[in-house]
Amino acid sequence: MSTEVSEKPVVKKKEAEGLLSKRRKKLVSDPLNDDNPVTVQILGICSALAVTTQVKPTMIMAISVVAVVAFSNLVISLMRNLIPGRVRIIVQLAVVATLVTIVDQLLKAYFYDVWKVLSVFVGLIITNCIVMGRLEAYAMANKPYDSVLDGLGSGFGYSWVILAVAFFRELLGSASIFGFKVFDAIGIHNFPTNGLMVSPVGAFIILGLIVWVQRARTGYVER
Amino acid sequence: MELINLGIKAVFIENMVLAYFLGMCSFLAVSKKVSTATGLGVAVVFVLTITVPMNWALQEYVLNEGALSWAGEQFASIDLSFLRFIMFIAIIAAMVQLVEMVIEKASPALYGTLGIFLPLIAVNCAILGSSLFMVQRDYTFVEATVFGFSSGVGWLLAIVALAAIRERLKYSNVPDGLKGLGITFLITGLMGIAFLSFVGIAI
Repeated sequence: MSTEVSEKPVVKKKEAEGLLSKRRKKLVSDPLNDDNPVTVQILGICSALAVTTQVKPTMIMAISVVAVVAFSNLVISLMRNLIPGRVRIIVQLAVVATLVTIVDQLLKAYFYDVWKVLSVFVGLIITNCIVMGRLEAYAMANKPYDSVLDGLGSGFGYSWVILAVAFFRELLGSASIFGFKVFDAIGIHNFPTNGLMVSPVGAFIILGLIVWVQRARTGYVER
Repeated sequence: MELINLGIKAVFIENMVLAYFLGMCSFLAVSKKVSTATGLGVAVVFVLTITVPMNWALQEYVLNEGALSWAGEQFASIDLSFLRFIMFIAIIAAMVQLVEMVIEKASPALYGTLGIFLPLIAVNCAILGSSLFMVQRDYTFVEATVFGFSSGVGWLLAIVALAAIRERLKYSNVPDGLKGLGITFLITGLMGIAFLSFVGIAI
């Protein structure tokens, strides 16, 4: 029923296009698989690997990244007509750095132990290519609401990948999930933990395998 | 002697890429040819050697609690450390601009090789990461300079090695789904195992 032609720059006019129309659903769902920021676009890998030895800090990291991407997309999208093209990178960095500082202070206040584990990697959300990439590619040219959805989509796409990596690393490396000893609970007491999974090497290998599985399913071949 | 140890540690044992995954985005994107990889690597070394000491000075004289006491008694109790991220990234972005202009003026030949990579570096996590590690580990000025330089060298080493491997990889028969990104991850993992063997070096 929606006619996209009659859209006016007023956000209130939601009747013109449903709040969750097909196009907007695609904005969120595309980055989950076909256009995943980590496995397809190769963005944001720096932190994807570093924090994933255990599921809990990874979860906090994922939430932080989703929040930062969504809000920075919103802010930049609201400001997109005010920013001169020449200085846009600096403006984007400033906005992202401000949001990351807020996240960092919140984590420090409410999740001090996790904040200790994440240490410098919270700060490194600033240089996470996903954030800058979405600002540059989407928020600079689109309306605020769409930009937030786009940010959420990319954030969730990133989240499931790092959570998957963390799941396997914690399961095989420490034989637990969220610190809960899974194998002890089902009666296998001598499960051999794999030291390689705790070290950085495990993350590379798991991520490589995830990419392989995903590409085998989608049939995408890189030349 | 301690400085040499610090350098060796930053290059091999605590390699920016293989132990901390910093600067992965450009590491994976620009490692298809050895020549471009070397160009980016040298630019990273250059910028790191300048920004880490700069950020050290900023941390020491502006951001730390009580660091502003040189400006007068009334500033002695100010703690600006929550501004760290925004100040560091501003310094890095500004320094990258500055370095770009200086190189363009002083050595057009070098600018020709490094020029296109410099803007990329402002958002390279290895740069910001080194500065944050420098704060976390309480380095002195000289240590910070050595640390900046040698983490850059470590990054250069890793990206050139990966690029060399990927150049040879073109001739091997890799499964379809694993081509490109997948195999690159696995190789980086194997390189990481090789670097793990440096851990034994007594320092």
